[in-house]
Amino acid sequence: MIVEIGHYALVLALALAIVQALVPLYGAIRRDGPLMAVAQPAAVVQFLLVALSFAALTHAYVMSDFSVVNVFENSHSLKPLIYKFSGVWGNHEGSMLLWVLILALFGATVALFSRGMPDDLRALVLAVQSWVSAAFLLFVLLTSNPFARLDPTPLEGRDLNPLLQDPGLAIHPPLLYIGYVGFSITFSFAAAALISGRIDAAWARYIRPWTLGAWIFLTLGIAMGSYWAYYTLGWGGFWFWDPVENASLMPWLAGTALLHSAAVMEKRDALKIWTIFLAILAFSLSLLGTFLVRSGVLTSVHSFASDPQRGVFILGILVFFIGGSLALFAVRASALKPGGIFAPVSREGALVLNNLLLTTSCATVFIGTLYPLALEAVTGEKISVGAPFFNLTFGPLFIPIILAMPFGQMLAWKRGDLLGAAQRLVLAVAIGVAGMVVLEAVRGGPVMPAILAGLALYLIVGSFVEIYGRLRGAKTLSNMISRALGLPRSAWGTALAHAGVGITLFGLAATGWGVERIVTVRPGEPVAVGPYEVVVRELAPRDGSNFKELVAHTEVREAGRVIAQMDPSRRSFTTRTMVRTEAGIVTLGAGGQIYMNIADVRVDGAMDLRLYWKPYVALIWLGCLIMSLGGLLSLSDRRLRIGIAQRASLRPQAAPAE
Amino acid sequence: MRFVLALYLALLPSLSLAVQPDELLADPKLEERAREISSELRCLVCQNQSIDDSDAGLARDLRLLVRERLKAGDSNIQVRDYLVERYGDFILLKPPFKNETLLLWLTPFAVLLVGGGALFAMAQRRRRDSEVEASLSETDEARLKTLLEQDGR
Repeated sequence: MIVEIGHYALVLALALAIVQALVPLYGAIRRDGPLMAVAQPAAVVQFLLVALSFAALTHAYVMSDFSVVNVFENSHSLKPLIYKFSGVWGNHEGSMLLWVLILALFGATVALFSRGMPDDLRALVLAVQSWVSAAFLLFVLLTSNPFARLDPTPLEGRDLNPLLQDPGLAIHPPLLYIGYVGFSITFSFAAAALISGRIDAAWARYIRPWTLGAWIFLTLGIAMGSYWAYYTLGWGGFWFWDPVENASLMPWLAGTALLHSAAVMEKRDALKIWTIFLAILAFSLSLLGTFLVRSGVLTSVHSFASDPQRGVFILGILVFFIGGSLALFAVRASALKPGGIFAPVSREGALVLNNLLLTTSCATVFIGTLYPLALEAVTGEKISVGAPFFNLTFGPLFIPIILAMPFGQMLAWKRGDLLGAAQRLVLAVAIGVAGMVVLEAVRGGPVMPAILAGLALYLIVGSFVEIYGRLRGAKTLSNMISRALGLPRSAWGTALAHAGVGITLFGLAATGWGVERIVTVRPGEPVAVGPYEVVVRELAPRDGSNFKELVAHTEVREAGRVIAQMDPSRRSFTTRTMVRTEAGIVTLGAGGQIYMNIADVRVDGAMDLRLYWKPYVALIWLGCLIMSLGGLLSLSDRRLRIGIAQRASLRPQAAPAE
Repeated sequence: MRFVLALYLALLPSLSLAVQPDELLADPKLEERAREISSELRCLVCQNQSIDDSDAGLARDLRLLVRERLKAGDSNIQVRDYLVERYGDFILLKPPFKNETLLLWLTPFAVLLVGGGALFAMAQRRRRDSEVEASLSETDEARLKTLLEQDGR
């Protein structure tokens, strides 16, 4: 019964989505207030209906209702509770339902938190948003119904793919989807602006929190996915330029560019056409990502669905929305007047350079990901485009971005002083160069890691030079602190986010200093890995709820002293008769990690081990966290807080202590 | 245990344990070269994984083959050519630069050049426009001159 209610709620949501897609649009064109006002309640109710549907599926999972095909195929009564929840989106149908849920959530959020916005803009945004959700609701209902029943009901389920039974992968899809789908709002804003023909600095201010929010979650989602790959796939790789990873990187690059060009538009009323284009591009790439992952066009670690019918449907959605929005763009964009004038050397100029380089790197990932598919479709010839290609093309594009980042913060709007900026960055450059020399002298070996690490140090220091410049004049410490707190939070946000990129880069550079050991040992035999020594004390079996495992109780020693312990294991999952290795990871000083994986255990107790010492490796993901934190700080900046204008105008009458 | 492992390898070609101890060459120089070559060769049955990272059976065979060729005295390029001859360009993670891949290799540079060129042209036009705005017509110029002269007197 509950399952049918869930299914029915989804059908109702579709009907409501169609109403919401048409009525407010018509209202906005006819300037009819009541018709436009349909959008807000419709968006909220649409969200509630999809949420009800999602709750119904979750209920079926938690109750282990195996009469539902989806639950039967992806769950097991003995599966730990957290994976009963995450199992809901650990499969094609459920993950598409999550997609639609987040889409509806964003629509409802716009409906509820847009008091300051013009009525027609809000109506158009919600109408466009609902076009997207109607398309995806239709997709779920027609090709990927998660509520299909089975008769007779099986006694037990087939269990979730063991690779997905992992806390990291439980939260990876929601994070990533909030990021992906978050760009649907900026897309809707762009389409609404094109339809209404009004695009100004206020528009840029409306989209900024949404862009930032989506960007924060996408950053976290990508980092989470990468860390999952790192500890799960067993040899410490964290980025493979796999098409599915590229599918999430492309919207991130476009979204990063959008974030920066929207800043120019907000402050200086320039780059309007370009900002609109990027808003369309970011969501188009999200749709492309969904197509690549969900259509089965590629078969990779991440893809679980391969059914041509679905692929064609998503391709239709893709063509409709990308084609439609680009057509609208082509017709309307020429009517936009270019705004503020600026010199090439200026904050605007630096942000234009950032946009050029980011979109070029995005185009590089795009062509590298799709070229093999296109070539095979056209000529039948198969080629591979892998890490070496991207390192050779994407890498060089990112170095000028890194070099330019601190300069961008330092240049003034309209007309900047390059020489002055360079002088203020002398310290950052000096630290970068000194870092390069010292690291090369200490570490030896190939020079590339030291060069990249030096760049990273330059960027980390350079990110804070601008803030330091603003605080330098302070006489006392308390004066300095109060000045620091008085700075706009977006200034801190920029500095932190940029420094985060530097920290990630440092972690990436340090992979070149890693040590690898591939050995066969018995318990008790020590293995030297970098500056440490690893000893397996004993091998012992252990039972989990839906798996059995062989655990290697292991000690990490430094100069004979035990400094850490870890328990890597090999898990065999009973239902799917699959084995998964659990890496043992210990984080030591400065983010370095000892990484251990049991490749094989012989009958006589000898073990094939892969052991790594990865200095600074955790900085890769720590940097991503810091980037997100920077985004969050920017998001909390007062000028972005919703309704601030209204509150400010009320303040003279009633001013409670804030 | 072996059975479970075999089954698991068959089911999950992408779950990698990669290079195993018994594959390593005794000569560390040669082994390093083997790793270098392997990291640029695709495990043909995997998704964008190099044979160095993959634990599919085929990847192991290819790793052993690479090491065999190296031991026989082949240069890195000879080993690569030998494998391309057998498996085609598909095995190279870095596609060769040839007619079919021109578009692939040149797109990044083309986007950068075209984008940069367009920006440069736009900046030039803007500057010209603002100069036109700033410059005075001949009559204004003459008037300014007389005004200044009057002022000077």
